[in-house]
Amino acid sequence: MTAEKKEILAQLQQKVLALQGFKTTSNRSNENFGLGPLESCFPNAHFPTGTIHEFIAENIEQAAASEGFISGILAKLMETGNSCLWISRNRILFPPAMEKFGVNAQNVVFIDLVKEKEILWVTEEALKCEGLAAVITEIADLDFAQSRRLQLAVEQSRVTGILLRKKPKRLTTTACAVRWQILPQPSQLPDGLPGVGDPKWEVNLLKVRNGHTGSFSIQWDEDHFSVFTAARKDNISHSKQAG
Amino acid sequence: MKRYVSIWFPNLLTDWFAIRKPELKDQVFVFTTIVHGKVMITASSKQAELQGIFSGSSLSDAKVIVPDIQVFDDQLNLATKLLTRIGKWAIRFSPIVAIDLPSGLIIDASGCTHLWKGEKGYLATILKRLQEAGYHCSAAISDTIGTSWAIVRYRNNAPIIEPNQQYNALVNLPPRALRIEEAVIQRLYKLGLDKIGKFIQMPRSVLRRRFGEAFLLKLAQALGTAEESIQPLVVIPPYEERLPCLEPLRTRTAIEVAIKMLLESFCARLSSEGMGVRQASLKGYRLDGKITQIQIGTNQATHKIAHLYQLFDLKIAAIEPALGIELFTLTATKVEPVLIHQEKLWYGKPGLTNQNLAQLLDRLAGKIGHQAIHRYLPQAHYWPERSLRATVSLEEQSASQWQSANPRPMEMLPRPQSIQVTAPVPDYPPMNFRYQDELHIVKKADGPERIEREWWMEKGENRDYYVLEDQNGQRYWVFRLGHYNQEKSGWFIHGFFA
Repeated sequence: MTAEKKEILAQLQQKVLALQGFKTTSNRSNENFGLGPLESCFPNAHFPTGTIHEFIAENIEQAAASEGFISGILAKLMETGNSCLWISRNRILFPPAMEKFGVNAQNVVFIDLVKEKEILWVTEEALKCEGLAAVITEIADLDFAQSRRLQLAVEQSRVTGILLRKKPKRLTTTACAVRWQILPQPSQLPDGLPGVGDPKWEVNLLKVRNGHTGSFSIQWDEDHFSVFTAARKDNISHSKQAG
Repeated sequence: MKRYVSIWFPNLLTDWFAIRKPELKDQVFVFTTIVHGKVMITASSKQAELQGIFSGSSLSDAKVIVPDIQVFDDQLNLATKLLTRIGKWAIRFSPIVAIDLPSGLIIDASGCTHLWKGEKGYLATILKRLQEAGYHCSAAISDTIGTSWAIVRYRNNAPIIEPNQQYNALVNLPPRALRIEEAVIQRLYKLGLDKIGKFIQMPRSVLRRRFGEAFLLKLAQALGTAEESIQPLVVIPPYEERLPCLEPLRTRTAIEVAIKMLLESFCARLSSEGMGVRQASLKGYRLDGKITQIQIGTNQATHKIAHLYQLFDLKIAAIEPALGIELFTLTATKVEPVLIHQEKLWYGKPGLTNQNLAQLLDRLAGKIGHQAIHRYLPQAHYWPERSLRATVSLEEQSASQWQSANPRPMEMLPRPQSIQVTAPVPDYPPMNFRYQDELHIVKKADGPERIEREWWMEKGENRDYYVLEDQNGQRYWVFRLGHYNQEKSGWFIHGFFA
């Protein structure tokens, strides 16, 4: 009896998710982002593609960390061979560095804009384009209505949109599916070897629509993510004090 | 079947002068120039001609008839300039317009006249517009340039010569109407042949012996038995589509409809020939004589109506219709063979050549400009700023690979910024550094990676790069310029690692 109820509940949940823009695609099972326990925070326990993700970066170091993490995600998204668009203003991203995270920068088209107001127009147009793996937009602030427009655009095209918000003035509610914050963490080398190790981050899920939040410690190993245990809460407060 | 219009401006120069100086309207005035020390009249106004003063006579003769005649200096090549200007204006009546020195225009009106409800309306419209502007002029239409030329100058009552009626139209005209040399004309008159009809039936061998081959050619061209070509003022590009409007268009909706209509016939032709547009321009000929135009470009040759329409649609706002646009021309300035693929497969194909992406980039380029769109290819240089180069092409692939042996920062400052460091021993990484008023204590470090400046390109010191990690786990790329202990050496921050 309870098992039946559970099944009914699960089915209903799927329907609700579909109505909210989380459509299950046929190739969903093929996509494995290697984020392990982190993915259990998401609805259906899968990294949601075809929606809008939001990355918060308070300073330039966090922005660099976010870009590294995004590149790792991009490598998976671009496995189909599709290219992606990187829309920004005053971009300082250094394309050769994406190689480390498995992205061939030759397949990325950069749109460098002069006016802030053009960013949203270009992003919306790009998100409507079905031939893209992902659209990454560097934008500081956007309001709910603007984010809703972007979310509606991707629900048609199933393109994954990523907003990288560098130094946002206010963190208001947006229609984005997930809000991330990537903080750099001290790297670790085995046996106390000298030097700087692989990139390591504290990945915070600040908001997940239809999921739950969490905090993880993730390292980029050669060509994949390695997820460590959930980062301790006191670690966050510590790093904030120091920063 | 061809139909040619000849327009004659008997007083071209003086009419133009009177338009510029309205006080000269209906006055007796002439243009003169000095020939062999004698002041000769080169152009006379309508009023002067009525008094019996024609170009070619001397000024002193004219002064006997009208003592207070106004005299102006002739300008070199003025007639050519004026006719070119009027000819370009007349392109709205037909794409092929040629100037006919010294005082006329030839228009190839084949297939154009029905838009003005027949040849009568066609000629009437042209003459009305020119006469409103202030020119005295007349026009005639026939199957050949020669006949039109003759009729407009020597028989003004019936300007429309029906097809194949050149013979009947010419018989009563003087030999001068054949555009032949003055010497030949004089010889004809001497022989009493003062009408074309008197010699047109003569055997060709007789005519050739007495008047030469050129004379026969002109006669044949007037009759339509020999071809005559004209040099159009504006050469028509091979891919051009025209849309004359019955009423001048001014609204956005009307312009949209016009573009759609143009694109339909334009793309039908392109696709039948397997060609696609790379660059196209849309010109609007305005009622006030000016031309307004917009241009589009594409990344891949295309003949898709919907896509091209979207590109034009983004630029409609730039069209200034003013009083109204009476003719649209759509010209493909750059055409390339289009790769025809099976649509379904093609759309599914991922990558940079995906057609959806190409169309998106066309739209973006139309709005924000090509200079905003970049792609980067690796370049075989170690110097970080030169390790990549921008390209505009979507297809270009680089032979070299991104170098990944040495760490490169995720974010790189366009210009390295100076920092203050505490570095203990030569060639050791710093113990701490101060960047933007914040102290970073170095916990871990890698390096140095020495990058030598490419001396064949620029002068300067080498850079010793270190990867530093501070107490918060934030990773930086800093370098020391030059060798340790050198006076010029200093520390700079250049990038941020993920």
